[in-house]
Amino acid sequence: MTRVDTERTITVTVNGVPREATVPVRRLLSDALRHDLGLTGTHVGCEHGVCGACTVIVDGAPVRSCLMLAVQVDGSEVRTVEGLAHDDHQGGQVMHPVQEAFRECHALQCGFCTPGFLMTIAAGLEGRDNSVEISEEEVDEMVGGNLCRCTGYANIKKAVHHAAAAMKDDA
Amino acid sequence: MTTKLFGEPVRRREDARLITGKGRYLDDIGHDALAAAFVRSPHAHARITGIDVDAALEVEGLVALYTYEDLAGPMAEPLPVLIPHPQLHAPRTGYPLANGEVNHVGEPVVMVVATDRYVAEDVCDRIVVSYEELPVVVGVDAARAARSCVHEEIPDNVAARHHQETGDVEPVLADSPRTLSFTQYIERSACMPMEGKGVHAKWDADDDSLRVYTSTQASTSVRAAIAAKLQLSLDKVEVIAPDVGGGFGVKIMHPWPEELLIPMAAIALGQEVKWSEDRREHFIGSAHERQQRQEITVGYDDDGRITALDVHIWHDNGAYTPYGIIVPIVTATQLVGPYALPVYRVIVESVYTNTVIVTPYRGAGRPQGCYAMERTMDRIADELGLDRAVVRERNLIQPDQFPYDHQLTFQDGRPVIYDSGDYPGLLDKLRTLVGWSEAEQLRADAGARGKLLGVGMAMYVEGTGPGPYEGGHVQVLGSGKVLVSTGLTSQGQGHETAFAQIVASELGVPIEDIEVTTGDTRRFGYAVGTFASRAAVMSGNAIALAARGVKEKALRIAAEVLEASPEDLEIDEGVVQVKGVPGTSIPLRTVAVLSNPLRYAFDEAARQATQFAGPGDDSKPPVAPGDAPGLEHRDYYSPIRSTFASGAHAAIVEIDPATWEIDVVKYAVVHDCGNVVNPMIVEGQVHGGVAQGVGGALYERMAYDADGQLQNASFMDFLMPYASEVPDIDIDHQQTPSPLNPLGIKGAGEAGVIPGTAAIASAIEDAVGRRIASMPISPTELYDLVRNDSSEMTAAAQRRAGTGVMA
Repeated sequence: MTRVDTERTITVTVNGVPREATVPVRRLLSDALRHDLGLTGTHVGCEHGVCGACTVIVDGAPVRSCLMLAVQVDGSEVRTVEGLAHDDHQGGQVMHPVQEAFRECHALQCGFCTPGFLMTIAAGLEGRDNSVEISEEEVDEMVGGNLCRCTGYANIKKAVHHAAAAMKDDA
Repeated sequence: MTTKLFGEPVRRREDARLITGKGRYLDDIGHDALAAAFVRSPHAHARITGIDVDAALEVEGLVALYTYEDLAGPMAEPLPVLIPHPQLHAPRTGYPLANGEVNHVGEPVVMVVATDRYVAEDVCDRIVVSYEELPVVVGVDAARAARSCVHEEIPDNVAARHHQETGDVEPVLADSPRTLSFTQYIERSACMPMEGKGVHAKWDADDDSLRVYTSTQASTSVRAAIAAKLQLSLDKVEVIAPDVGGGFGVKIMHPWPEELLIPMAAIALGQEVKWSEDRREHFIGSAHERQQRQEITVGYDDDGRITALDVHIWHDNGAYTPYGIIVPIVTATQLVGPYALPVYRVIVESVYTNTVIVTPYRGAGRPQGCYAMERTMDRIADELGLDRAVVRERNLIQPDQFPYDHQLTFQDGRPVIYDSGDYPGLLDKLRTLVGWSEAEQLRADAGARGKLLGVGMAMYVEGTGPGPYEGGHVQVLGSGKVLVSTGLTSQGQGHETAFAQIVASELGVPIEDIEVTTGDTRRFGYAVGTFASRAAVMSGNAIALAARGVKEKALRIAAEVLEASPEDLEIDEGVVQVKGVPGTSIPLRTVAVLSNPLRYAFDEAARQATQFAGPGDDSKPPVAPGDAPGLEHRDYYSPIRSTFASGAHAAIVEIDPATWEIDVVKYAVVHDCGNVVNPMIVEGQVHGGVAQGVGGALYERMAYDADGQLQNASFMDFLMPYASEVPDIDIDHQQTPSPLNPLGIKGAGEAGVIPGTAAIASAIEDAVGRRIASMPISPTELYDLVRNDSSEMTAAAQRRAGTGVMA
């Protein structure tokens, strides 16, 4: 029998929780999150790094998890869409402002690209000084690398403004 | 009333799960399933001379391999021609796995099942298929020339010759004061949902039953296809569309080979099997649409009024015709748009090519028809030196002419009779919205900045909500929960929200109490599917009728309890009460308990209901003849014919004569889809449609080479619009309710995409003064066109040149 894989055991903190997984060395991070760790909120739209649907935050920076191997995140911290909201300590969840904004502004239709947009925008907004009002150029830059086939982007851009305004109030 | 939500921009109920990663798309199902992958043809046209799997058998993790030889019974027969038509004289379909011959790159040849997808693809890499290559036909012109043929028995490559005429066109053309003729082309694009196709199947050997999840727009029909092809009883097959990551038409085609092969393998292996299409597979193994060659002759008078229109179209249907000639028929019949044409003849020849099959993509032939009609209007205006809007205005069907009978037969076999509309109203609104009268000033301003500016417009009428039917079921539970189901599926249109709004309004219950299920054959077995902008019209009305049935029954039961007449009762916030008599009421959930004479007191609701239950009449049965236990109702909506939505778009483009980059600086939409259930959702549909329209006009094309290889089968090379390519969209609304259905609605799903190519072609032509007769158009093609001295200059440009205005 031909055995193609060799495996490694990696330790990675996902959404604040240390996780261990034994994965083939060729396993994409996107597949490891989805199939080994059961976090299916991260979606795969193209597997060649163009659409951005698989975007997750690795050590604070948005990355395309289909262009990264799972073994590369050994020892890293990964945030996925499942970790975007936080616990309200009363059995419920508090949505991230960008999640709230997407719902309020009808920034999603089929929802398949949405986790990638949410993670990209969350990283973008969290990485800026939110006491300063966001400009149209910043919004364009923030959403300009992800594909959506449903919305035509108008409401996604609106949602970024909405989320930035909410984060400004909190800043 | 607080529960009248029809027409309100209610925030979507599906979003809570989709923004938290809790959606359940196809590949999220079946964690432990075996994975399938396919060896697909690398050749566009070839005979298979051998399949060598020896090296593949070595791979650890391989579970099973299937070729055509492994198919039995109906699975070994050609795939169905879903929609036969007398004018489809030479239909051809492929096999689930290629039977000796392949007719396009991407056709499945071998199915591999392994422990995971990585291993399945390893196996595919080790399978050697030998081919003897055959001559390849690519593009409508090559198909038409027929120097070689796709299917040996069809030497002219013509699958169908669709023909409709409303009178004798030739003598009218001969007598027309003016005529003009031209030829134009439109290219292939594709739906490209962000989620590809996918199938998961699980066989329960103890129960002899099959459950299939598939990313489809038609779960009930996939169920019927699986039952027929795998020779199972329909009641032993369940098909469920989970969350679907976009469809746009490609998922209404069915059964895809994989929708049959994955269940077949699951049954044979007694294990769960799953296949998720990857992006390259989607490019070469799904469907495309739009390529046509259009030859148009129009007769008209000196005022620009059309006297006769004669159209001959060659439509590229790809390698096979599983979806019949729906797209050609839609082009032929929707081409006429909002115009009164005294006589019209159309012939569409649907031709085979060695490329991926052509099945509906949002618009489904309408963008091509609109392109033909609207570019004709532009040409007439140019010849006569008239304003393009004025020529359109003179040909419009007037508001007092409805119902307007075009004397044509639509895709559903019903007459093309427009139900309602106000086309002059659309045009007026559009002119105001886009600033049509200021175009020359804008052109001068742009010229001062060194830019070429042009404006264009296009109008359309869209047959929406075709039959034959959809159904709805509404049930009130003793808990107060209201269960709503319909058989058609959802791919992001917000049906859970829109249908809940309809039930909340019809029944008078809080929307929070309503749960909507779509596309699940366990809940509703009869449906047609989600396509042709029909979900709101068809299922919306069916669900409204079902809710009305529930309300009627609830009032009848409550009337007995409250000792009132049903006419004096109303339901508000889930409580049945006597109008104007607060306190004389009964909760709807209690009525639900009372509706069933068998009431074990399992819960508080049943215990409470007993206080209302009367002694009963000993002379009558507990369930009256014709009645049924339970507070539920099932109903169907089956329209006499389609409703016709309409709209008008305008684009302003600016072109940089240094780079010939085309920038859509303004895009205006006036939209009429009758009564609107949720304006937020409708506007979202328009936005998304316009983005696809802009993509189809400027960026997207399937770049096949002469060997039938798709050169741009990735998101790197097939250019779908990002946010940076989609213009801001100004929208104005008009509402002419449909008289054909109880809710007065027309469909809205496809409208946004229809006029994009026509309007943008018109704007580019206006900007550069050269005839645009092939779309989409890239900056390089525009540069070549403008530099080519033999390319035709528009009369408008010549007039402008004569007056010194920059062309």
